[in-house]
Amino acid sequence: MSQPFSAAPRIAALFAKVGPALLSVGTLVLAWELYARISGISPTTLPAPSRVLFQAILQRQALFDNTVPTISATLAGFACSLAVAFILSVLIDFFKPLRLALFPVFVISQTLPLVAIAPLVVLWFGFGLTPKIMLVALVTFFPMLVALVQGYESTDRDISALLSSMGASRMRIFLLARLPSSLPYFFAGLRISITYAVVGAIFAEYAGAAKGLGIYMLNAKNNFRPDLVLAAVLVSALLTLALFAATVLIQRAAMPWERLDAARKS
Amino acid sequence: MSRRLELRQVSKSFGDIDVLAGITLHVEPGEFVSILGPSGAGKSTIFRLLTGGLEGHGGGVDFDGQPLADARRPFAFMPQHDALMPWRTVIDNTALGLEVQGMSRKAARDEVAPLFGEFGLAGFEHKYPAQLSGGMRQRAALLRTVVQDRAMLLLDEPFGALDALTRTGMQRWLQTMWDRHRWTVLLITHDVREAVFLSDRIYVLSGRPARVLREVAIPLPRPRKDLASPEATAIEADILHTLLDPQPAQRT
Ligand SMILES: Nc1ncnc2c1ncn2[C@@H]1O[C@H](COP(=O)(O)OP(=O)(O)OP(=O)(O)O)[C@@H](O)[C@H]1O
Ligand SMILES: [Mg+2]
Repeated sequence: MSQPFSAAPRIAALFAKVGPALLSVGTLVLAWELYARISGISPTTLPAPSRVLFQAILQRQALFDNTVPTISATLAGFACSLAVAFILSVLIDFFKPLRLALFPVFVISQTLPLVAIAPLVVLWFGFGLTPKIMLVALVTFFPMLVALVQGYESTDRDISALLSSMGASRMRIFLLARLPSSLPYFFAGLRISITYAVVGAIFAEYAGAAKGLGIYMLNAKNNFRPDLVLAAVLVSALLTLALFAATVLIQRAAMPWERLDAARKS
Repeated sequence: MSRRLELRQVSKSFGDIDVLAGITLHVEPGEFVSILGPSGAGKSTIFRLLTGGLEGHGGGVDFDGQPLADARRPFAFMPQHDALMPWRTVIDNTALGLEVQGMSRKAARDEVAPLFGEFGLAGFEHKYPAQLSGGMRQRAALLRTVVQDRAMLLLDEPFGALDALTRTGMQRWLQTMWDRHRWTVLLITHDVREAVFLSDRIYVLSGRPARVLREVAIPLPRPRKDLASPEATAIEADILHTLLDPQPAQRT
C-alpha cells in the first residue's frame, strides 16, 4: 500500500517535469565540453564549460559584487515600469480614446534599437541608477501595459452584465470583475517582461556603469577573457531563472483557483 | 393590484437588424411566467433591456404601475451562463449581490450561509466554482440571484447547459423551491417541457424579429410532481406545434 504523504511520488513527479530540460541542457554542455577538449581550440577563443565554471567559482566575490547592482537596477526599473503601466492601464480602461492617443507612441518606443538608445540615455543621465531604471522600464513597460489592457478586456460579458444589473458602479465593476480577470494576462506578461528586464539592465550597464554584470562582461571581453564573459552570462542566466521562478510562485499564491480551472479543462 | 411587470409594444433593433418587433407581455406579482422561443430570437435581449445592459428601445415598460426608471433596480438577474467568478469562493460568489448593495463581506456571508443547505451546496462554501458540478454551479448562481431579495427574478436559461438527467432534477428542485417561496419569476427557456412544468403562463415567441405568437395559460394544479403527465404532454405538443409551424395562416 502506498503512503499518502510519502515524498517519493512527489520527487518523481518533479523529476518528470524538470528531467527533460536537464537532459537537453546537459547534452548541450557535454557536447560543448567534448568539442573544446578534442578540437584543441584555444581557451581564449572558446573556453570549455568546466573552465567557465571553475573561473566563476574563483571569481565569485567579483561576480557577486557586480551582480548586486544588476539586480537592483532590474528590480527598481521593473517596479517603476509596473507602477506606470498599471496607472496608465486603468486610465485607458476608463477612458478609451487615451488608448488610441498613446499606443502608437509606445509602439514606436518599442522599435528603438537598444544599441543606439542605451549610450544616449547614459550620456544624458550619467553612470548612476537612473539610466538603468529608464532602460529597463523602456523594454518592459509596453508589454506590461498591453497585458493589463487586454486582461481587463477579457472580462466575461455576462459577469459585467450581472454586476451592472446589481447596480454596481463602473469603479465597482472594475475592482470586482475587470481587475481580477486581468490576473492571468498580467502574470503571462510578467513572466516575459522579467526576462527582458535583466537583458535591459545588462545592456544599460554595458553602455556605461561603475559596477554591474554588463560592465563586467565588457571588461572581461576587453581583457581577452571569454571564460569570464561566459561566467557572467551564467550568472545572468541563473538570475533570470530565479526571477522567472519567483513570478511563477507569486502567481500560484495569488491565483489559487487557477490550477483548479486548468485541471477541469484538461 | 397593479401588474408587477408590463411590456407594451417593446421593439429593439441593432443597426438595420430588427430583433424585437413589438413585444407585449405582463407578469403578475407571485406569478411564474416563461418566455419560450427559438435560439437567436431575441429573448436575452429583452432581459438586457430590463437590466440596463442595453439602451434605447421602442414601446414602454412599467414596473408596479410606474415607468421603469434607470435608478431603480427591481430585478435579480441570472445571466445565460452562470457567470460565477472563478476567483471567488462559492460563498463569496453567492454573496456578491449583497456586497454590491453595500453590505460588508462578513455580513453578506452570514446572510447567505444559512441557505446553503436548502440549495444543496452545504460543505462547498469555501470551494471555488471550478470544483462544482454543472448542477451545483447553477444552484449557486440561483442562490446568488434570490438572496438579493428583489421584487422579481429574471432567469435566462438557467438549465440550458446541463445534461438531461441533471436538468430534470433541477427543474423538480426549482418547482419545489418556487412552491415554498412564491417568487415572481420571468424565465427564458427553449425547453418546452420545462416551461410547461414550471409556469403559470407561457409566451411563445417567433424567430427573429421576435413577436409574441401565443400566450398559453397552464392550468395544471400545483404542487406539480410529474414532468410528463398526460395533461402536460398535451399542452407541450400543442406549443411545439406552434413553434415548429408558426403562423400557418400566412402561408398560402
Ligand atoms: N449588440 C448587438 N449587436 C448586434 N446584434 C446583436 C447584439 N446583441 C444581440 N444581437 C443579435 O440579436 C439577436 C438576438 O439575440 P439574443 O441573445 O437576444 O437571442 P436569444 O433569443 O437569447 O438566443 P439564445 O436562445 O441562443 O440565447 C441575435 O441574432 C444576435 O445576433
Ligand atoms: Mg439568450
